[in-house]
Amino acid sequence: MTAIPLQPPRRLIEFTLDGAGTRVPEGSTILDACRAAGKDIPTLCEGDTLTPKNACRVCVVEVEGARTLAPACSRRAEPDMVVRTDTERARHSRKIVLELLASSTDLSTTPRAAEWIKEYEAKPDRFGPDAARVDEQPKIDNDLYVRDYDKCILCYKCVDACGEQWQNTFAIAVAGRGFDTRISVEQDAPLTDSACVYCGNCIEVCPTGALSFKSEFDMRAAGTWDEEAQTETTTVCAYCGVGCNLTLHVQDNEIVKVTSPHDNPVTHGNLCIKGRFGYQHVQQR
Amino acid sequence: MDLRYTDAKPSDDERAAVDELLGPPESGWEGAGRSVTDLRWARGGAAARDRRDLLLPALHAVNDRVGWLSEGALDYICRRLTVPPAEAYGVATFYAMFSVKPRPAKVLYVCTDLACAAEGSGAVCAGLEERLAAPGSSAPGGVVWQPSPCLGLCERAPAALLLRAGAAPGAGSGEGVPARGGAADRRPAAVGTRAAVVAPATVDGLLATVAAPERAALEPPATAAVPQAGDPGLVLLRRIGVVDPYSLDDYRAAGGYTALRRAFALGPAGVVREVLDAGLVGRGGAAFPTGRKWEATARQPDHPHYLVCNADESEPGTFKDRVLMEGDPYALVEAMTVAGYATGAHRGYLYLRGEYPRAYERLTHAVAQARLRGLLGPDVLGHGHAFDIEIRRGAGAYICGEETAIFNSIEGRRGEPRSKPPFPVEKGLFGKPTAVNNVETLVNVLPILTHGAAAYARTGTESSTGTKLFCVSGRVDRPGVYELPFGARLRDLLGLAGGPPPNLRAVLLGGAAGGFVRPDELDIPLTFEGTRAAGATLGSGVVLVLDDTVELPAVLLRIAEFFRDESCGQCVPCRVGTVRQEEALHRIKDRTGAAAGDIALLREVGGAMRDASICGLGQTAWNAVESAIDRLGAFE
Ligand code: SF4
Ligand code: SF4
Ligand code: SF4
Ligand code: FES
Repeated sequence: MTAIPLQPPRRLIEFTLDGAGTRVPEGSTILDACRAAGKDIPTLCEGDTLTPKNACRVCVVEVEGARTLAPACSRRAEPDMVVRTDTERARHSRKIVLELLASSTDLSTTPRAAEWIKEYEAKPDRFGPDAARVDEQPKIDNDLYVRDYDKCILCYKCVDACGEQWQNTFAIAVAGRGFDTRISVEQDAPLTDSACVYCGNCIEVCPTGALSFKSEFDMRAAGTWDEEAQTETTTVCAYCGVGCNLTLHVQDNEIVKVTSPHDNPVTHGNLCIKGRFGYQHVQQR
Repeated sequence: MDLRYTDAKPSDDERAAVDELLGPPESGWEGAGRSVTDLRWARGGAAARDRRDLLLPALHAVNDRVGWLSEGALDYICRRLTVPPAEAYGVATFYAMFSVKPRPAKVLYVCTDLACAAEGSGAVCAGLEERLAAPGSSAPGGVVWQPSPCLGLCERAPAALLLRAGAAPGAGSGEGVPARGGAADRRPAAVGTRAAVVAPATVDGLLATVAAPERAALEPPATAAVPQAGDPGLVLLRRIGVVDPYSLDDYRAAGGYTALRRAFALGPAGVVREVLDAGLVGRGGAAFPTGRKWEATARQPDHPHYLVCNADESEPGTFKDRVLMEGDPYALVEAMTVAGYATGAHRGYLYLRGEYPRAYERLTHAVAQARLRGLLGPDVLGHGHAFDIEIRRGAGAYICGEETAIFNSIEGRRGEPRSKPPFPVEKGLFGKPTAVNNVETLVNVLPILTHGAAAYARTGTESSTGTKLFCVSGRVDRPGVYELPFGARLRDLLGLAGGPPPNLRAVLLGGAAGGFVRPDELDIPLTFEGTRAAGATLGSGVVLVLDDTVELPAVLLRIAEFFRDESCGQCVPCRVGTVRQEEALHRIKDRTGAAAGDIALLREVGGAMRDASICGLGQTAWNAVESAIDRLGAFE
């Protein structure tokens, strides 16, 4: 693994987390502190390489003195703050958020969703059979990747990755308003008519599987996708001199998708179209 | 940034509308014809990106001219401002007054919100559907009508607003009544508008207006909404009906600009002290001390500082800011100048809701006049302080009244609220320290400075000083804007408006985000602390009176529908929660399913919306429904 450059030292701040005194470097979020303390707070829209939009609200915690709950993923710890992560109120909101999401979108390919739904005793069915759903058909308009917005939780990560935080292409944005909000390209056009450069960085960050490799989408449809049987090998892209790290996901001796390690200080998980999708030559196709 | 445009071409009209706002394009990079030098020289980039905030005005320019936003028009705007086409599309589809699909030049908005529903907007809509067309589909004569949230004309409910796209400014929204002393309406011809307000609306009246908008009846003057007009006890409303809203001299003759002179005598810190001593708190609903906000902004080392006037009055049942701006526009201009001086801001943005064409016209005129006379500009009143005001129009989004959503909207982004902290006084508009104040709050600064903090604080109660504007609508004889000292009882207010109806069912206090009070609670004192103690809120000053002919479940459903429509869609508790709330209320109203179960469901979802939503919209979306269940026994 590549070495991560040392940051300048930061001041430590002290606050109370679930009754225990905690010290974290200045600038840490409550979630950082929770993770350091070994607490498992559910998160959906949070990501390791992007500034979280704190839109899903599944990580909310109670901060003493505050009228509302705070998103742990983006609220910075402050000196002398008193934070409780497991109160009735916080658990209630998490449960409702999971119910609201699971009743309106398809969380079947969202890692850990099923586990949290069980843990918080969420019952997405109780809004009745007529509860409004996102109800989108998968958009299959190119050979590289599929957009299945029925699974989208509107975490804004793909928008940030395509836009100012990673790729600077700005091909996708949020359109519409309220429940009709959707991730979309200009004029809601097919991807092939948009500004997309097929770097696939949006797939890299999508937490729900709403964006996926066409290969993965097809294999799932055919029932042949088997993550257990896959191996992952990290190597160096051979196309150009940048030298990005590629992680090849291989099932039955075939590359089924390519990701990139997020802790690589050069690319942070970014690739270009060649590294991400140009693997067929390896398999001589 | 490596932007790819769609290459769809704008029509000549669309191009002209944009060029009129931005000036002609300077190079091939911006959409002009390509010249040889363009091939050697890339322009645009950072300089153009700095103008991103012109996106909303540019969308308005095209929408005003053509009536909708074609792909070619969007692409041309994107080139001119270096905005990614996907983002411009996202912004255009965020606002209710824009359309990215072709539509006729005339759009008729018919209010179906609380006051109008109580006064028969349902029948108006049914009549239009029968005699014109289905909502949303174009009718012969080049018109489309659509139901609308509150148009801020509740005192004349049911209300409608016709907007006409086209190049030529027309008539239709002028003030028919002469100003003081019978002088003719001095509206300058240049400030025409393409809007016609019809309120109260009838089907016949609307059809006639649609057929011949230029012959639409004139709107009554702003004072028609002030039943107390002429009362010497008025403070904030005192000039309405007394001065000609187009005349700066009238305004000065009626005491205008004494507050600003006093401000210059006191110095910025002195002004802040005076406002603090007066005990002024924000009138937009949150009741935060205005002086503290100004002080915190003034103290920030980061520059420039900005002032934003929140004139996006969109709470259903609220129309006081409209009446203030239409009847006494210079007061707001002066108050903003004082606020800019006190907070160290040299630029003030006046964010006005898009559905207020007459206020827009008058404020535009007032700002221009003030600039002409040196009351705005590089050297205000010769005191060496630079301050100017830019008016920005919203485009149909209640959420843009949220203090941080305003910033995004002005900056040319979707009007989504930002998470706090950081707070606006630290990082607000364009990431700089910003003071955001509502119209009524700002106008209060004038009497504070004119008569002094002590005199101001003698009115009202100890923790609610001064006077408050209330928007009384619904089943009363004299709906309108009322001004009372804090501490008056709800009963007194209703008395002024003609008394509560004998069959009073409930009063909605504070608007859709507020709550209901019962007929036996009319002694509730109208102060921040008094309403809070009674489990209610003053909010934006809505007092909607409902008698027992009104179906409460239908009112609740309309409130739920309002929040569902107006949610920005950013966070899950609000985006999905408001939908689930509306569904449950539908089930209860239709009596399908178990009501008890649905009420429990409402409580659970409501609790999460209140606790976990990013902004006030989601946090308050369940207030009114909850109070109807708990205080009125709505579903028993
Ligand atoms: S597509 Fe994926 S990454 Fe994009 S907003 Fe939806 S869930 Fe998030
Ligand atoms: S992924 Fe693209 S940029 Fe990175 S090394 Fe491969 S070809 Fe070069
Ligand atoms: S509470 Fe509603 S309006 Fe506010 S940010 Fe969330 S979705 Fe948007
Ligand atoms: S204008 Fe219709 S409810 Fe306010």
